Amino acid sequence: MTSETMIEMNSVHKWFGELHVLNDINLKVAKGEKIVICGPSGSGKSTLIRCINRLEEHQRGEIVVEGTELTNDNRSVEKIRGEVGMVFQQFNLFPHLTILDNCSLAPIWVRKLPKVEAREKAMEYLRRVQIDDQAHKYPAQLSGGQQQRAAIARALCMEPRIMLFDEPTSALDPEMIKEVLDVMVGLAEGGMTMLVVTHEMGFAKEVADKIIFMDEGQIVESKNPTDFFANPESERTKTFLSQIL
Amino acid sequence: MSDTSKNITPPVIEIGIVGWMRKNLFSTWYNTILTLIGLYFIYLIIPPLFSWIFFDATFSGTTRDDCTSSGACWVFIKQNMKLIIYGLYPSDELWRVNIAYFLLTVSIIYLLIPNLKYKGFVGVFLLLIFPIICIFLFSGGLGLENVETRLWGGLFLTLVIAGVGIVLSLPIGIMLALGRRSKLPVVSLLSTIFIEIWRGVPLITVLFMASNMFPLFMPEGVNFDKLIRALIGVMFFSAAYLAEVVRGGLQAMPKGQYEASQAAGLTYWKMMVLIILPQSLKIVIPAIIGSFIALFKDTTLVLIIGLFDFLGIIQFVGTNPDWLGFSHEGYVFAAAIFWVFCFGMSRYSQRLEKKLDTGN
Repeated sequence: MTSETMIEMNSVHKWFGELHVLNDINLKVAKGEKIVICGPSGSGKSTLIRCINRLEEHQRGEIVVEGTELTNDNRSVEKIRGEVGMVFQQFNLFPHLTILDNCSLAPIWVRKLPKVEAREKAMEYLRRVQIDDQAHKYPAQLSGGQQQRAAIARALCMEPRIMLFDEPTSALDPEMIKEVLDVMVGLAEGGMTMLVVTHEMGFAKEVADKIIFMDEGQIVESKNPTDFFANPESERTKTFLSQIL
Repeated sequence: MSDTSKNITPPVIEIGIVGWMRKNLFSTWYNTILTLIGLYFIYLIIPPLFSWIFFDATFSGTTRDDCTSSGACWVFIKQNMKLIIYGLYPSDELWRVNIAYFLLTVSIIYLLIPNLKYKGFVGVFLLLIFPIICIFLFSGGLGLENVETRLWGGLFLTLVIAGVGIVLSLPIGIMLALGRRSKLPVVSLLSTIFIEIWRGVPLITVLFMASNMFPLFMPEGVNFDKLIRALIGVMFFSAAYLAEVVRGGLQAMPKGQYEASQAAGLTYWKMMVLIILPQSLKIVIPAIIGSFIALFKDTTLVLIIGLFDFLGIIQFVGTNPDWLGFSHEGYVFAAAIFWVFCFGMSRYSQRLEKKLDTGN
């Protein structure tokens, strides 16, 4: 691949106590690439993307994000967190702040943007996820789908170069999943580099450049969507696919 | 839906005063008995109490000879009002205390009126600037005559101790709570030791230590003001309790709030100040105000180290030969004033909770 490498993981290992949650992970993500990670629960897929912005610490191997290696040095962590946006399963909006303040907080306090500018930008992104009319409400007043779209807008307000999605639709009622996926598809079409942990195979088929199947802390299979669904190699992938499709 | 089911109303006995009484006072035969017994006790206690306090009481006059009625003699309180409010503060300098009372009252009233602008500034004034003004006003300096703290007393002294305790113990308590939860073992250990030592000791002991033991450890000639020593004791004592209250609030925060803050790139202090503390303090408002109320009432303990607070001075004037035998009035008055302050704080806490509620 000729394009710029955004994320590089070289033989990354992580343990929770005795449990080997990430076992020799090697992964390269190019600029604009969209990667969907799936696998049974406990397979380490969430841990993998949480290592990229240091919500979890890896214990062996190296992770390089946009040329900066993740180390114990706080400056490298801060720099990388500034480049990487994250969307959580449980939205994790700040319940004591309005949607607009949720979105403008980090740009003001981390990016040092003037308040007016940060709010304008926040409104712009809220318009893009079509909840600008909810900007002055508190998170608890919004539906799950609206909250998750607000959380996506909040992450985008930092103008990240990479977006991580940790099961963004798993906590949503079925009728709200589509509105969130639509936003994500729009984002993918705009050329964002994305790592998405999800079970939405329709979404994976539509936007993914690569689908990664993980089990027991290892990357078992890594293929483009057509191959992934048509001829999975490993037995574990086949079993998984038969269960969720 | 048929027309009848649309227009149907609840059965009469379920609504209105009669319905409420049936449901809450007379629902069963034993509830009825309890209600009647309760009413009988109210009848026994309330009318005599009101007669003593209001209807049979003496309000005008100047000496005990004016108190001839069977009720309370409020002349006792009236005649000693100056002592009760200011202690032994010099008469010529009372205006200084009055200015402080005035500023305090005006600021609090301003904060209580809903929807006024600049409340933030008034709050900052009350917490940061007002105390500094008070230091100069009360003790002197900047051209004002020096007034020794042993002359301070009465309600004035109670408010000084409670005010200092409340204003300083909350920030210290928050720092201790954060310290105890710190990932750095030394910080966490030191905070824990500090908290547990202060929580493990009765306030009386703290005050005794501050008053009697502390000077023994000081080199000769070094003399801290007794009031300052007591204030420091009260402050740390209260801070240790608040630290545990705040820690409870911190523990109630979902992990996701920390993760979302970190993922957004916030540093530890920004995360705490902007995201975690506003939410966790909100959860523990009732417990914090509870601590403040306890602190306010505990200030009466300074009597044992020879400081004459509100209650102390009332006891003191009760021993004046001119007014022997009127301590009931004194204690009822003290109870009423304490209740007003504590109830006020309690109501304010409820208002604050409602105001800060964002529906989560």
